[in-house]
Amino acid sequence: MDATILSFLLLDGLQNGVVYGLLALSLVLVFAVTRVILVPIGELLMFAPLSLVWLLEGKLPGTLWLALALGGAWALMDRGRGALLPLLGGVGLFLLFLVAQGRPFLAHGAAVLLVVYLGVATYRVFFQPMRGATVLSLLIMAVGLHVAYQGLGLVFFGPEQFRPAPLLSGEVMVGLSWQGVLVLLFAALSLAGLYLFFRFSLFGKALLAAAENRLGARLSGIRPEEAGMVAFGIASLLAALSGLLLAPLINAAYFMGFMLGLKGFVAAILGGLASYPVAFLGALLVGLFESFTSFYASAYKEALVFLLLVPALFYQSLRARTVEE
Amino acid sequence: MSLLSVQGLTVRYGPLEAVREVTFSLKPGEALTLIGPNGAGKTSVLRGLLGLAQAEGKVFLDGEEVRLRSPEGLLARGLVLVPEGRALFPGLSVEDNLLLGGFTRFRRRENLRPDLERVYALFPRLLERRRQPAGTLSGGEQQMLAIGRALMARPRLLLLDEPSLGLAPLMVREIYRILGELKGAGTTLLLVEQNAKVALALADRGLVLEAGEVVLEGPAEALRQDPRVVEAYLGLSREVEG
Repeated sequence: MDATILSFLLLDGLQNGVVYGLLALSLVLVFAVTRVILVPIGELLMFAPLSLVWLLEGKLPGTLWLALALGGAWALMDRGRGALLPLLGGVGLFLLFLVAQGRPFLAHGAAVLLVVYLGVATYRVFFQPMRGATVLSLLIMAVGLHVAYQGLGLVFFGPEQFRPAPLLSGEVMVGLSWQGVLVLLFAALSLAGLYLFFRFSLFGKALLAAAENRLGARLSGIRPEEAGMVAFGIASLLAALSGLLLAPLINAAYFMGFMLGLKGFVAAILGGLASYPVAFLGALLVGLFESFTSFYASAYKEALVFLLLVPALFYQSLRARTVEE
Repeated sequence: MSLLSVQGLTVRYGPLEAVREVTFSLKPGEALTLIGPNGAGKTSVLRGLLGLAQAEGKVFLDGEEVRLRSPEGLLARGLVLVPEGRALFPGLSVEDNLLLGGFTRFRRRENLRPDLERVYALFPRLLERRRQPAGTLSGGEQQMLAIGRALMARPRLLLLDEPSLGLAPLMVREIYRILGELKGAGTTLLLVEQNAKVALALADRGLVLEAGEVVLEGPAEALRQDPRVVEAYLGLSREVEG
């Protein structure tokens, strides 16, 4: 291996790693606040670029109808003043989609808002009613939604792969496109944003509090439902933005989300689904490991990445026992 | 008019009846204590009242019936619970714990500054440790923090569940001194306590709960001298206090 290949692999690993990292952070956040392992985060990620492709071609994507249907269910469940948010949000989203057809700038925003609305509605409709349930029941629901959303993805967008035009074209140097730089920049900004949000804003602290002690949070007037919605909102936002930025580099297709989400999950597990910094570093490790294994043993790339889970789980099981004793 | 009036409160855990037909009321500025042995249903009264456990019966706040009970909803109307076990946020700093207590009133720190200073004046220990994670505090300090966090919500009625549990006698005295100060300043208190001696010394009135039912009720002074209470509760707590 020479220096060129090395730098190529490093950059590739880093670029994928930061996206896994953002997904891992989202998974840790959602799990901490709601005890849901958000398996369908990969689908949410893919819905953004695919909806964008549809919009740019002047068509309304099926995801819009899915989001509006869930929003309608949300409004029905929250009759009264609580229904205002889903209703106004749904109408706004629909109007935005009507004007955004064929307009790249608006279409990007519309795709992001769609996914955030869909993510929050998913929480409200499917997870909030079962918030007293065990982690296992929540996981079964999450896996079910993943399968359903992936199937709907196939119905809405067909089996083809799409490559939306990058926001920035061209290359900085061999192996690093400007779009790749954008991905890295976005990841750095998101990290800084999340850090500032949780470190300084009382709202961020309330979210952490809801994750640390649910009873204490309720007694302080922090509604677990609201905290859950915000957590799902942040996770969907990060997923949608990552999806939009990543799609021009990989080929977006309905089935692509799962692998990305799973790698984010591996990273989140490395951090025990509890530590944000370890999860992010774990994600960089996953990204780099993946890019190097794809060079040395590309046929076993995915298998080797998931092999990383074994020592992580082993370590977690050792730690769990010492806590119990 | 009474601030809080509870009529025929029954709390169930599945088929198990933990509290049966408990009725009491609280006037503004009054301190009422529920005493009784372990498992008598004292905590269940609070849980049922706040909608944390399945409960029947009527609850009136300022003479108006409260439906759809939830801790969040009652908090907005001035009922704040300091739960058993304190339910703090161990990873957050002492100050953040306090600020979150006032979260429903203001979402900006600056607006909560006066309340924060009032709590620090009441508990100077918390001021010293304001940057420390709540999980690193001693038991007594955690109890102070739990009370301080509840005060940040400006309660009209403060519900306390076993504030003396697991604390050293000196710390119990300190906590009760502060509760006395709060009472003096006009806060209404509903106090669930196993330590009948300290509770009856502070409260105006008391209710004795046994097996989910009220067996005795009256002014604290009278209960302190009631032979049944002295024998069942005060004798024991005197020994514990040494």
